[in-house]
Amino acid sequence: MSRRRIAVIECPEEIPCNPCETACPQDAIKVGQPITHRPHLDAQRCMGCGLCVAACPGLAIFMVDIKDNDQAEVTFPYEFLPLPEPGDTVTAVNREGISLGTAQVKARWQPKGADGTYLVTIALPAALAAEARGIRRPSCDN
Amino acid sequence: MRITNHPLLGPQPPVNLVPLEVDGQVIWAKEGEPIAAALLAYGIRLCRTTKRRGEPRGVFCGIGHCTDCVMTVDGIPNVRTCVTPVRAGMKVTTQRGLGQWPNDH
Amino acid sequence: MAQRSLKGIAVVGGGPAGLMAALTAARHGAAVVLVDENAEPGGQLRKQIHKFFGSKAHRAGVRGYRIAQELISDCTAAGVELLGQSVVFSLRECTLDLLQKDDAFNLKADAIILATGASENALAFPGCTLPGVMGAGAAQTFVNLHRVLPGRRVLMVGGGNVGLIVAYQLLQAGAEVVGVVEALPYLSGYQVHAAKIKRAGVPIWTSHTVLEARGDQEVQEVTIAAIDDHFHPLPGSERTLAVDTVCLAVGLTPLAELAWQAGCRFCYQGALGGYVPLHSDNMETTLPHVYVAGDIAGVEEASTALEEGAIAGLAAAAAIGCPVPIAEFDAAQERLVSLRKGPFGDIRQLVKSEIVKRWADCRVVE
Repeated sequence: MSRRRIAVIECPEEIPCNPCETACPQDAIKVGQPITHRPHLDAQRCMGCGLCVAACPGLAIFMVDIKDNDQAEVTFPYEFLPLPEPGDTVTAVNREGISLGTAQVKARWQPKGADGTYLVTIALPAALAAEARGIRRPSCDN
Repeated sequence: MRITNHPLLGPQPPVNLVPLEVDGQVIWAKEGEPIAAALLAYGIRLCRTTKRRGEPRGVFCGIGHCTDCVMTVDGIPNVRTCVTPVRAGMKVTTQRGLGQWPNDH
Repeated sequence: MAQRSLKGIAVVGGGPAGLMAALTAARHGAAVVLVDENAEPGGQLRKQIHKFFGSKAHRAGVRGYRIAQELISDCTAAGVELLGQSVVFSLRECTLDLLQKDDAFNLKADAIILATGASENALAFPGCTLPGVMGAGAAQTFVNLHRVLPGRRVLMVGGGNVGLIVAYQLLQAGAEVVGVVEALPYLSGYQVHAAKIKRAGVPIWTSHTVLEARGDQEVQEVTIAAIDDHFHPLPGSERTLAVDTVCLAVGLTPLAELAWQAGCRFCYQGALGGYVPLHSDNMETTLPHVYVAGDIAGVEEASTALEEGAIAGLAAAAAIGCPVPIAEFDAAQERLVSLRKGPFGDIRQLVKSEIVKRWADCRVVE
């Protein structure tokens, strides 16, 4: 994995959808015709801007940034209340919603045109970067 | 329960609350919302009981098709509460069976 | 009964298909009346707060309720006349009988577009009539449109896109979703929708069904169980969950009564929800100047309904003498077909082709 923030697209099925391709200012994402093709990311071109993360109607794009000190940052789309604040300690979860331990919220922002979808960046050990895909909602105790 | 804040739709806009009488008790409803929504906001889910067995019924389809949510409104029975807007001072009663028309005896 | 004659097109139903049909026909010069039973048009778009799939041409990335707002204001600008709170109860040739509040009248038009949508299926199990058991779409209407929760702890029955999307939207509104049960061994909805609720900690039980809902006057608990390949419950696998709400997302059926009444020919297509009126590529039924669009023509999704609406609007406008460039038909067909590709779309494309073929056969015989 490259040592800078890049998109990770988890779009496993051929569904008719291409806003990620349209959203990318670097032309790094290719869906093509028909629009049921799965997106392909050119990692060399991806600048880690996050516009595709906010644009994806399936909330299926994340960003991963492996740092030099065995730490990593994972960015994911978030559409629940309350919103996590930078500096908060949160519980990172994997794709099944299972806890991976604590993480720090580094940033929270809304790219232009996100229409309500926030992007949240958390910091956690690099070993968990391929697993962590969200955080436990504060009201959720399961 | 009302959803006061929502991650995409934002805070509930300010609304005009009006009194709605439900089986003799006054609740506060948003003017113009469906009667069924006003009832659900207070956790009231029983709309009527069936004619023969007296079984409870409540909202099922929410779009005026199934008639499970009918109640007696201002004396008129069989009013679909999921598509009938609240007006100030309405009187709503849980309907037994097919209900009674005002001039029925 | 009062009568009104319209030199133009009457569209029945103001959801995605009807709005798009009305707008498209009006933009090509047709006089259009749009009849809808609700106080405000928009149909199911009004409660769809998720971003749509598709491409830019299909308004991908835009939330459904915003598409409704856009289409309504575009319809107004294009001169579409809206008859709200009006229930159509009969259709004979091109004459509609309708009830607007307490006034009944009939409306004769040169062409009719039926865009009446679909209704949610029920599921029979002990306790299924208790207050608290409701359609997933009904719950979605209360949560996103009226902004009240129908309950606090919800079991979702059905792992298609409706069940998965509404489960997510219930979470967004602050409800707890204890799980999703799906009778099939796999989910028929998109994996990306399933992934959203899995990340949020919602368990998904495939090869499971609901056995019984119980409670005094309303739902207080529900029992689910695993099922075998023949959909029979496996003894010993029962599990009882404390919930106050059971949402049913077990498919939709086209609302085609008016087309039946008018005498349209039908065929049964399970993959599209049941009996659907035979129709051409241009959405014309077996009756002259009667068109269908959206879920009445076979249950798909809002984006396909929009495109079918556009095609029906073009075809009806052309049929009553408005000039419609052929290239617009081709573009709309292309947009529609692009939504019916891949493992989810192929089957619908196949079934739609079968419907069109049977429509053509009917034409030859008659």
